[in-house]
Amino acid sequence: MSADRPIGAAPGPVARTVILSVVGILFAIPILAMVAFSFRNLAGGYTVAHWASVFSSAATVTYGVVFTGLGNSLLLAMVTVLIMLVILLPTMILVQLQFPRLRRVLEFVCIIPITVPAIVVVVGLAPVYSVVARLAGSSVWTLAFAYGVTVLPYAYRAIQSNLSVVDIVTLSEAARSLGAGWSSVLVRVILPNLRRGILAAAFITVAVVLGEFTIASLLNRVTLQTALVQVSKSDPFVSVIFSLLALAFAFVLLLLIGRLASDRRTRRTRPARLEKKAS
Amino acid sequence: MTPSPNIGATVELIDVVKDYAGHRALTGVSLSVRPGEFVALLGPSGCGKTTVLRALSGLEPVNGGSILIDGIDVVDVPVNRRDIGMVFQSYSLFPHLTSIENVEFGLRMRKVPIADRRARAVAALELVGLSSLAGRYAHQLSGGQQQRVALARALVTRPRVLLLDEPLSALDAKVRVQLRDEIRRIQTNLGITTLFVTHDQEEALAVADRVAVMRDGNIEQIGTPEELYTTPATPFVAAFIGLSNRMPATLSGGRVTLYGETLSVLGSPPANGLASGPVLALVRPEDLLLVGNGTAGSIPAVVVATSFLGSLRRTQLRLTDSTLVSVQHDVSEHPQPGDRVALRLRGNAVSVSALDD
Repeated sequence: MSADRPIGAAPGPVARTVILSVVGILFAIPILAMVAFSFRNLAGGYTVAHWASVFSSAATVTYGVVFTGLGNSLLLAMVTVLIMLVILLPTMILVQLQFPRLRRVLEFVCIIPITVPAIVVVVGLAPVYSVVARLAGSSVWTLAFAYGVTVLPYAYRAIQSNLSVVDIVTLSEAARSLGAGWSSVLVRVILPNLRRGILAAAFITVAVVLGEFTIASLLNRVTLQTALVQVSKSDPFVSVIFSLLALAFAFVLLLLIGRLASDRRTRRTRPARLEKKAS
Repeated sequence: MTPSPNIGATVELIDVVKDYAGHRALTGVSLSVRPGEFVALLGPSGCGKTTVLRALSGLEPVNGGSILIDGIDVVDVPVNRRDIGMVFQSYSLFPHLTSIENVEFGLRMRKVPIADRRARAVAALELVGLSSLAGRYAHQLSGGQQQRVALARALVTRPRVLLLDEPLSALDAKVRVQLRDEIRRIQTNLGITTLFVTHDQEEALAVADRVAVMRDGNIEQIGTPEELYTTPATPFVAAFIGLSNRMPATLSGGRVTLYGETLSVLGSPPANGLASGPVLALVRPEDLLLVGNGTAGSIPAVVVATSFLGSLRRTQLRLTDSTLVSVQHDVSEHPQPGDRVALRLRGNAVSVSALDD
């Protein structure tokens, strides 16, 4: 780093390349190792048999537990997203519009789950789930109540970062002064402007739920992660292949979040048409 | 866009009180606005002018008093049913909609058929000179253009009252003046009753039929710009509207004497209820005249600084008792700092205030 570079300045091209390379290698090595492992056979050579078996018609029977876990995880992801949209999102909008003094309190409450180790959460949740099981049954989807809590920090951050750049108070007042009722304000003004935050929160929620293991395992539920561990005991190759596929899915989700977070407009073609019409 | 039968409403505020967590923001505001009138609410920050506007719009519930639009009390009517148009200080265009979609929003809420909606929105954009930018999003418009679209959006529903909450404060000086004049032109054409909040006295005096000067949650004086400038009712108004020199004087028998000149006192009640004795006279810079040094009855002074203001020059002088005063004069005169000059008072009446005011 050059001596005249001010403290806190962005790294130069060389430093940037070095940092990216080191971080890239750090992430790439285990993934490449997994890919290589998935092509190994027991004799020490390479084979595509493991991949073929995953995509064969018999896979749903052979690896039924993985597909059950995947189905459960996707259901859990959907229910958790729903809980997040029904409880967290309206609460955040309400606090922003009507109770701005509660913003700090809400932030504190939402950050708490990230500070509590999963095992501690499970110890606390075990007696709670005995009640949940009595009231709502012991279906796997009930795990979404616990996941709804664990995703709070991530979903809160994603929505809050969007809320902080959109002045929904003024926009709501403008809409109200133009004759909109509260439902129209919500549907026609607030939600379209929080679209990026909501989608990012939803994708992060899906990613967190698909990757969660501790709570599901200790509460004896079959999810993708617990199923992978189970399969790995009998067929480590297939377990690694499913892990890679789950990683790829999460990677695609993150790419989508990245694209949504970039300040692009999807309706670039409309202005010219409307301007022509208006003039 | 043509005036509709429901524009030009009367607006009356009667003893309106508004409290914020132990702080009384409005202390019984009463104001009457005639149909089609343009009234500016002027005052320093925190005086309650925006609160009056928000109370009138329904965005802030009031704690007491009545708000009448065309004689009907609207205190309990929600904001979306008050039929008002509002332009905000901060840019308030909906970022996910184009200009024309923004303008259409109020019509959509009123379930106006799409063909009529589009025609009216285009007409409203034409009114503000932006029909060529109908398809642009807010981030593709300048600040001035955004406020024009916001004005079109507020006008397109043909509201009974138009409320403008410092709509020009975020714009640069040149655009401010252009848009200010444009707002006035449109308001005059449409005949819509308008309340305009500003802290810029030049803006208020330039566009309003009447100006209400506010202080500490109430209206200190309301009148035409000329009335406020020439006959301020209180020392606060005299000091707030235009520039005033604060010069030591003596009040006696309802008249004021300063530097040997005895003048009448402006405002009512006579002498603003002040007791006879030392007071401060509030003298406009244009009521002080630079005269030749040694002129009989003149006040000797030394030039401290001078500024060129385009059509006139303003010079700061120090009198023999160390009082600093400003005087406006022709640009052809070039006093230099340190020059010894002389002043005379012109006019025959001034405002006065207490020494500690």
